[in-house]
Amino acid sequence: MRFLLRRAVFYLFTLWAAITINFFLPRFMKGDPITAYLARNQGKVSPEAIESLKVLFGLNTDRPLWQQYLDYWGLLLQGDLGRSLSKGLAPVSEVIADALPWTVGLVGIATLISFFVGTSIGTYIGWRRGSRAEFVVPVATFLSTVPYFWLGLIMIALFSTTLGWFPASHAYDKTLTPALSWEFISNVIYHGTLPALTIVITSLGGWILGMRNMMITVLDEDYITVAQAKGLSPRRVVVNYAARNAVLPQLSSFALSLGFIVGGTLIMEMIFSYPGLGLRLFEATLAKDYPLMQGIFLVITLSVLVANIIADIAHAALDPRTRQEEAL
Amino acid sequence: MTTLEFSHVSRVYRVRGAGALRALADVSFTLESGRTIALVGQSGSGKSTIAKILTQLEAPSSGEILLDGHPIPHRGRALRRYRQTVRMVFQDPFASLNPYHTVRHHLERPLRLDHVVPRREIDAEVTRLLDRVRLDPVLADRNPHELSGGQRQRVAIARALASRPKLLIADEPVSMLDVSIRLGVLNLLAELQRESNLGVLYITHDLATARHFSDEIMVLNRGVVVERGPADRVILEPEHEYTRRLRDASPNPDLLFGATRAEEAGR
Amino acid sequence: MTDQTLLTIDDIDVVYDVDPPVHAVRGVSLRLERGEILGLAGESGCGKTTLAYAIQRLLRPPAVISAGGVIFHDRDGDDIDITALGTDALRRFRWDKVSMVFQGAMNALNPVKNIGSQLEDVFLTHRPEMSRAERRAQCAELLEIVQVGRDRLRSYPHELSGGMRQRVMIAMALALKPQLMIMDEPTTALDVLIQREILQQISELRSRFGFSVIFITHDLPLLLEISDRIAIMKAGEIVELDTPANIYRGARHEYTRTLLSSFPSLTGDRGGFLRTGEAR
Repeated sequence: MRFLLRRAVFYLFTLWAAITINFFLPRFMKGDPITAYLARNQGKVSPEAIESLKVLFGLNTDRPLWQQYLDYWGLLLQGDLGRSLSKGLAPVSEVIADALPWTVGLVGIATLISFFVGTSIGTYIGWRRGSRAEFVVPVATFLSTVPYFWLGLIMIALFSTTLGWFPASHAYDKTLTPALSWEFISNVIYHGTLPALTIVITSLGGWILGMRNMMITVLDEDYITVAQAKGLSPRRVVVNYAARNAVLPQLSSFALSLGFIVGGTLIMEMIFSYPGLGLRLFEATLAKDYPLMQGIFLVITLSVLVANIIADIAHAALDPRTRQEEAL
Repeated sequence: MTTLEFSHVSRVYRVRGAGALRALADVSFTLESGRTIALVGQSGSGKSTIAKILTQLEAPSSGEILLDGHPIPHRGRALRRYRQTVRMVFQDPFASLNPYHTVRHHLERPLRLDHVVPRREIDAEVTRLLDRVRLDPVLADRNPHELSGGQRQRVAIARALASRPKLLIADEPVSMLDVSIRLGVLNLLAELQRESNLGVLYITHDLATARHFSDEIMVLNRGVVVERGPADRVILEPEHEYTRRLRDASPNPDLLFGATRAEEAGR
Repeated sequence: MTDQTLLTIDDIDVVYDVDPPVHAVRGVSLRLERGEILGLAGESGCGKTTLAYAIQRLLRPPAVISAGGVIFHDRDGDDIDITALGTDALRRFRWDKVSMVFQGAMNALNPVKNIGSQLEDVFLTHRPEMSRAERRAQCAELLEIVQVGRDRLRSYPHELSGGMRQRVMIAMALALKPQLMIMDEPTTALDVLIQREILQQISELRSRFGFSVIFITHDLPLLLEISDRIAIMKAGEIVELDTPANIYRGARHEYTRTLLSSFPSLTGDRGGFLRTGEAR
């Protein structure tokens, strides 16, 4: 328990540091896009929106810094991240809430599929070292070097433009209204296939190679020989003894890649015009929409933190040696 | 005459959550040229902590180490002199030699750094050192991985002797070697000790070699010296219960078969 | 061959099929008696571990048994040619008839599974008819037999000391009441006091359950104390095979004498050993 407690303290500290940096950054920035924007749009912005933007971007200089800092936390705790300048002054939190499910859904599912398929293939070819299954290795190496935006463009050119099998952009047909109906969900899957496939194909190689290499290391361990001497079935040896140990480092990389789901798909969402967080970040950058950018950065920081917490918990659940640190 | 005095040394480790762990408790002994002390103990007895303190990888929590009556300096030329006077031979001859350097390089380095001989005599000195440890001088230009474990350990001994030390700390010098060459390496150490009148601290877990190799034995258990005395006396008539348990647990076929090997040989 | 024979190793060769091929075991023949402790002594690289692995056919490529055979004479009268067993039959044979205790107890246990489930694996595989409760009871009893205690069932390997882990390995080797246990340097990494306790335990268990032991180590004095017979191995061959008394008193082979003289006598004379400071 002490171990988890220590980790929790560590994460709380990181969270605090990230938010505090987020607080200070605009205060150190040269120029003042917010005041300029407010001046241009005088009268169109509601007083309370002005107030929250001032607090978030350090324009409330009439108040002492520590007061500003407390006000800032007050807003965050209410979920108020300011107003998006490029989205008709919609609350930033709403813009993010609209985009986040698309990104998490598409990239999250694709990453999960890639991880499970890649790890399984890696387990198999690691176990069958030296067999014909090894042909996968150069293929995987090649796949892991393919840049995903390049593959994305090829996918669009081939499956959308030339063959017309899949749509090239958007998350669903504009004619549909989002609903929990089969029609809508199948349409979403249909639209998501190409981007998801792009992510799966480009990240698969890494999972295969990582797992295969760990398998080969683990297979040399004494406990594998013991398991074989015990007469256990190959299935049990592979799953309970070899893969169970080899997967531990894989999990850490998996958690890290979860952290990059939110932030790391900007180009993919641009290529496929997918209405996720990456596309919003891109638009915000073009429009100099600072409140939206800052809000998205905060969400990215949070998601990396959450991913690390998940990695810690998974590690503690699967590796008893991590848990033992409690005793020290 | 060189003396190294280990005086009332304690070493305490702070262990997270478990308070303090006492690795050494008030250990005192004096190592002097011409004599060999065996430090006998099991893993966790504190014998490697003593080696670490003597090589200054660790500092004692209390107590002091005096070389000829002076505390060991922490830096500068005086520290060099200490390191030149007190040399180490480690357990693992594979890890203690740099695989990227030749035997010659390993032997030349201390010769140059400590200005043992004039520059033009360095080559001759390398040959002489190899000769002293019974290695063919042609091995000088080999890399460590081309040598057997026993040869490597001889190189490590030659390197330790290069600076013409007065005292030698041998930390389990043969326990990683194949059994049939252990005797040769220990006998070599014994001969070198006599030739150069070295003081040797022989750190080991093996009671039998400790008895035959050294003048005196100190038995260490959980950081405490439980018994010390002339080597034969400590093994043949141990006074402390722990020493007796160690001795009785060690394989001793002579007891089983009633006669000593020497008698058999004379038959 | 008497019906007291448990294992016949017949002129076995093991080759590492590399370029050039390395002959790790050359023409070794051995007959192991029921209930006997056979010591197998030799230095690193002499082929003693390779021979042990060959008996269980645990060798991995490039090592192959290139000639000879291993026959196991089962308690119920069947002769099992181990070198001719098919994959499934071999798997059923392993651990049920011949179990092993390995060198590094540190790495011989799976670090991410608790002791109980690693013991249970054996029963799950070889005694599928046993109920869960029976398996649990058996595992607990095994840990009691080796004096680790049933409360350790849920412990993980890293939570145990080296001696405890080796006892767990012995419990595991004992699980199916095999007729032969092959022990490869089972006490080498342990302190001498713990080594003695474990040797005593092995000897008690042997008289209680009647299995034979092939005990592999470089520590010849140890073998002289515990073995019924000792085989001395050098460069893949058995150069001498005799009772401890005969080896101790009148070793015939030069290499045996070298090995013997490498271990100074604890309480006897010095032999070939030089003492430091003798000249004074």
